[in-house]
Amino acid sequence: MSDLNTQAVARYKNNFLKEVEERVEDGHWVKMCMQCGVCAGSCPLGPAWQHSPQKIFMMIRAGKREEVLGSDSMWMCTSCYNCIVRCPRKLPITHIMHGLANYAHRLDLAPKGQPTREIARLFWDNLVKTGRVNELKFSLAMYFKDGFAQGIKNAMAMQGIGLGLMKAKRLNPMEIVGGHKCKDIPGIHKMVAKAREIEDRRRGLA
Amino acid sequence: MTASIATNQTILVVGGGISGMTAALEAAECGKQVILVEKTPTLGGRTAQLYRYFPKMCHPTCGLEINLRRIKGNPNVKVMTMTEVTAVAGARGNYNVTLKVAPRYVNENCTACGDCGKAVTTEVADVFNYGQGKTGAKVKAAYLPHVMAYPQRYVIDPSIVGTPEGEAAKSACKYGAVDLGMKEETVQLNVGAVVWATGWRPFDANKIQPYGYDRYANVITSVEFERLADPHGPTGGKILRPSDGKEAKNVAFIQCAGSRDENYLRHCSRICCMATLKQTQYVREAFGDEGKSTVYYIDIRAIDRFEDFYAKVWQDKTVSFVKSKVARIAENAANGNPVLHGVDTEGYHRYATEHDLVVLAVGMEPEVKGVKLPDDIVLDSSSFIEGSKDGGMFGAGAAASPLDVNRAVQSATAASLKAIQVIHKSASTEAA
Ligand SMILES: Cc1cc2nc3c(=O)[nH]c(=O)nc-3n(C[C@H](O)[C@H](O)[C@H](O)COP(=O)(O)OP(=O)(O)OC[C@H]3O[C@@H](n4cnc5c(N)ncnc54)[C@H](O)[C@@H]3O)c2cc1C
Ligand code: SF4
Ligand code: SF4
Ligand code: SF4
Ligand code: SF4
Repeated sequence: MSDLNTQAVARYKNNFLKEVEERVEDGHWVKMCMQCGVCAGSCPLGPAWQHSPQKIFMMIRAGKREEVLGSDSMWMCTSCYNCIVRCPRKLPITHIMHGLANYAHRLDLAPKGQPTREIARLFWDNLVKTGRVNELKFSLAMYFKDGFAQGIKNAMAMQGIGLGLMKAKRLNPMEIVGGHKCKDIPGIHKMVAKAREIEDRRRGLA
Repeated sequence: MTASIATNQTILVVGGGISGMTAALEAAECGKQVILVEKTPTLGGRTAQLYRYFPKMCHPTCGLEINLRRIKGNPNVKVMTMTEVTAVAGARGNYNVTLKVAPRYVNENCTACGDCGKAVTTEVADVFNYGQGKTGAKVKAAYLPHVMAYPQRYVIDPSIVGTPEGEAAKSACKYGAVDLGMKEETVQLNVGAVVWATGWRPFDANKIQPYGYDRYANVITSVEFERLADPHGPTGGKILRPSDGKEAKNVAFIQCAGSRDENYLRHCSRICCMATLKQTQYVREAFGDEGKSTVYYIDIRAIDRFEDFYAKVWQDKTVSFVKSKVARIAENAANGNPVLHGVDTEGYHRYATEHDLVVLAVGMEPEVKGVKLPDDIVLDSSSFIEGSKDGGMFGAGAAASPLDVNRAVQSATAASLKAIQVIHKSASTEAA
């Protein structure tokens, strides 16, 4: 168990709803759900998931902590906003789903190797390193996330697109060595650390 | 025309539905002078458009008839139809009201013989049968609003005035009742108190995009379903669906269509659960055991003594309940059947269920929503009338809150009593 998780379990005991309300972005909305089912029925990806937003919200109220934080449903949300537009109670469903994913990730309860989680992690690491997204390195990291052999296969499959992007000057092969960056990289790192500190304090994660 | 035909001892009641008639009669039977104004050509309001009443399943015409008899027999009530309030000035105990009276083109001589209607061929939407909507019902441009209309007097639709059709109606009348020269009139009144009993209107189903009322012929509203079930309605009481006129034996009811929804109406309309439970019994009445009603709901709100009615319907084998707000409706192009998509809250099962006909249990929205009311009137967050700040104007019935007939009548009696108190107070101040 991660330290953060042990601390959270001790702090909230069996009151998972309270935990979500205090620590998940827009989590205080969960209690407003009237279980009408409109979001579940409106989500274009609904049939492909194990847990619709409606079900996730009920599971939170039922205290099903491990199932919720370990679910991969939140990671499947494409932010189409269909559910938000239709919800009769105006719950910011998309944001809650993302908030739950983020919280599960922080506690390291999110499913291992879940593709969206991995891509998000790669993207974040890539971005904070220099303060700029290095598209070439990001693409390569994505291709090779499942091992070297699979990476070569992926890179070959995407070759045409890559060459096209280069021709259109959207991808610079020179980025592989160093690449463009912000002037004050330590400054960026300090800023990100500060933001996290504030955020963690606000959510009681410090 | 400008005339002063009332005093500050008079009570004005706006709206001639069950609530307005009740408020007017309660005051009049206490000896007060009352003017009852109604916007349409007849008294009765929306209740007259129902087939049967819950919970006793009696016919609304019965209660209407009793009230009309009381009105006819009481010289204290003056009824003005086709009349609207356009302005209210003054204050509690002494208001100056401006009324606009639309021309009916038919005078008191009318015997409702119907000859003018036979003489014209032009047809207009039959408002009584929700002809502007899915029933598509039409009436002749010279018509009686409905069999129980009061006053029992024909109306000539303005669209034929000044045309040969209008002249045909006029020459068909043996009683000199058709008067095509009638003009809109303005009337000024002095009154002491005002009861707003302007009622409700069905929420506009076109706004509920995922349900496709505007796209699918076989998605109709609950008010239209009342007309389909009524022998006086456009199908002679047969439950036939709009697309192909086929008998609709497998009917879905969607609750909270527009209500309890921050996107549409915030409030629970309170009557639509009971209205649907009642309407499942229309399906049973029409098709016996072969009929099938499915109610899609969030919660069934059959308040206090109505619980018994709910329990009875729950026992009915032809009625089933699905706890789910339907997410969207599609259409099976092959047979015109609406297909309901959603997720069932009891088990989270996904469904796609086909029905012959879908009835949207549309919410009640105040008829005055969007209408300019006197500045002093206070509305709640759904535009229901709470009353006036000066305490001389009151909301009654469905204008004040979404209510069934029984509660609307109670609310109207209460409003009437408050209006009488205003009159008494101003009378005693004047005497002092
Ligand atoms: C599908 C359905 C089924 C229902 N079934 C039942 C049932 O079985 N039993 C039951 O108890 N209740 C039932 N109800 C509820 C019932 O219809 C209402 O309780 C009732 O109509 C309220 O009466 P009212 O007089 O307050 O309003 P209304 O019936 O709306 O009357 C208001 C009157 O005021 C007039 N008016 C409006 N604005 C103005 C204006 N500006 N100036 C002058 N006049 C104006 C209108 O023309 C109308 O005549 C049902 C409702 C629905 C939607
Ligand atoms: S649409 Fe809104 S109220 Fe309905 S189940 Fe989903 S979150 Fe809850
Ligand atoms: S925003 Fe996410 S949860 Fe909401 S409907 Fe779209 S995919 Fe589904
Ligand atoms: S207007 Fe004349 S013709 Fe028409 S119904 Fe009345 S009396 Fe008969
Ligand atoms: S009465 Fe029933 S159908 Fe009507 S708004 Fe309330 S819960 Fe919904």
